[in-house]
Amino acid sequence: MLHYIGKRLLQLIPVLFGMSFIVFLMIRAIPGDPAQVILGQQATVEAKAALRASLGLDNPWYVQYFDYLGGILTGDLGDSIRTKVPITEEIYPYLAATAELAIFAMIIAIVIGVNAGIISAWFQNSWFDYMAMVIALIGVSVPIFWLGLMGQWAFGTELGWLPISGRGDVRDPVTSITHFYLIDTLIQGRFDQFITTIRHLILPGVALATIPMAIIARMTRSSMLEVMRSDYVRTARAKGQKMFIVVYKHALKNAIIPVLTVIGLQSGMLLGGAILTETIFSWPGVGRYVYDAIGFRDYPVIQSGVLIIAFLFVMINLVVDILYSAIDPRIKYK
Amino acid sequence: MSERKKVLDIINLETTFFTDDGAVPAVDHISFTMYEGEILGIVGESGSGKSVTSLSIMRLIPSPPGKITDGQILFEDRDIVMLTDKEMRHVRGKDIAMIFQEPMTSLNPLFTIGNQLIEAIRIHHKKWSRQQMKARAIEILTLVGLPRAESLLKDYPHQLSGGMRQRVMIAMALVCNPKVLIADEPTTALDVTIQAQILQLMKNLNEQLNTAVLLITHDLGVVAETCERVIVMYAGQIVEEASVQDLFHRPAHPYTQGLLQSVPDMRFKKDALYSIPGNVPKPGTIEVGCRFADRCQFVMSRCTEETPKLYLSKEGQKARCFLVEPAEVTI
Repeated sequence: MLHYIGKRLLQLIPVLFGMSFIVFLMIRAIPGDPAQVILGQQATVEAKAALRASLGLDNPWYVQYFDYLGGILTGDLGDSIRTKVPITEEIYPYLAATAELAIFAMIIAIVIGVNAGIISAWFQNSWFDYMAMVIALIGVSVPIFWLGLMGQWAFGTELGWLPISGRGDVRDPVTSITHFYLIDTLIQGRFDQFITTIRHLILPGVALATIPMAIIARMTRSSMLEVMRSDYVRTARAKGQKMFIVVYKHALKNAIIPVLTVIGLQSGMLLGGAILTETIFSWPGVGRYVYDAIGFRDYPVIQSGVLIIAFLFVMINLVVDILYSAIDPRIKYK
Repeated sequence: MSERKKVLDIINLETTFFTDDGAVPAVDHISFTMYEGEILGIVGESGSGKSVTSLSIMRLIPSPPGKITDGQILFEDRDIVMLTDKEMRHVRGKDIAMIFQEPMTSLNPLFTIGNQLIEAIRIHHKKWSRQQMKARAIEILTLVGLPRAESLLKDYPHQLSGGMRQRVMIAMALVCNPKVLIADEPTTALDVTIQAQILQLMKNLNEQLNTAVLLITHDLGVVAETCERVIVMYAGQIVEEASVQDLFHRPAHPYTQGLLQSVPDMRFKKDALYSIPGNVPKPGTIEVGCRFADRCQFVMSRCTEETPKLYLSKEGQKARCFLVEPAEVTI
């Protein structure tokens, strides 16, 4: 097993190599010039050239690329052009904010999605099944920004039940330790802030959870339907086992493997693809961080942000692969 | 045989599948009795309703589309058709247990043998301690002839061969000492030497534990080796019921005669193996007349105009055919 994990981590190297190279080239293909953005419309040609030289942008692209690569290998992602702060320091709070939102959303998506799928399969063709699958179909088709805006309007503006933006109350900011606010507030014993944090998480969390929840529900249902017809489910029933245990023990464990794949892919997407939700809900996450960097042509930030998201994506899928073998004794990695 | 106690009395059982093409009575008003400690065989081609009969007794008919639409299944004078789901769960595994055709897929691949075996014990003996359950599991695995029973508990199904898995299935079925064991083609998926071992095992266990066995098969050889009495099913109906000796020496129904003729005989060299012409009609398609008439070599005009009943012959076997000289009409 350790051997397998080692092998997978080694395979990660060419992936990240390729990733960094593609991103590096693509952002340079976007029209625009960091020096121009920083110095503004009135800047003289000399001033811009001087700034480019100081940023190292006057070197040929391959020199720039190898500088960047050398930096990564020594654990230095470079400095942000905009803020002059090393990216390794700057990016963490954004990552934590995204991760907290993504984990919260995935928990909602998994708990509701998996159970809805199970019950739909168990009572196939019942009113619950039809209703759940119609909702799931709407869930995968609805644009997330529309859902976010509607949530803000209904539960924020009209009903006033939930805050519509940010991670917490700006008048009473959370003292960050881990930058995961749910953890920070608990460590400090600030249960009032803990509740506030959860209230802030609900609207963006639900908006973000909708698509994965619908996909997970549909996947669980079809996987369960197949497993429920299998011989070992009949055997378990022939023993006199309760239907609940037959479903949740014998059937679910077999049906969950394809669902895990989907959960892995969706989690990875939430990390990088939450830009829309983060923008609508003013969530200070990594998606917005990178998005803003694009506007400023902040090349190092874009490169590093994408690289980190790609890295996390691959890591999550590695964890999923390892989970397979924990669930299914027939899967052995060498 | 009559002095033996009845354990299972099936009276006029009808199981219907409600499909898009209409209601299909896969089991069409069959009646038979099982006695304590006997091995009763049900023979028939695919689609004759033998598996549906066994699943009906377990109340495991996939529903929808299937449903028991008529009749009674009396187990120790209780009609199990009328039991609630919860009451039925106490019958399954404890009073009536079942093993299936496919040992390769009938065990859950993700749980150990021990987990699945002990689960079968725990369902019906909630108060037993873990030690007691484990001891019983090892005892039953040894009884079905599995070596190194204790370490087997930690193994997963994929680590065992087909024959071993079927032994585990038998162990799991017998672990709560059921009165009736239904074996639905238990040896079909196994190779011939293993088949013989499994049949011998079932015979031995039947003698040792006095469990009545309902053996469902399409293999007449299996019937000859194991059973005392045989029921022949055709298109959802019982067409003949006899003791094994009678059935093999003087089959009464033309269908049974045809079945026996199509068994390859090593003593005589034949040019081609005999086969009954035609196919089994779909249940529910023939309303009047004998269902076998189309394929029967003795067909008379009466066969298509009148529906034959199950007649008791003078020799004491039952057959659904006008050629049988009836001593008595049973149904």
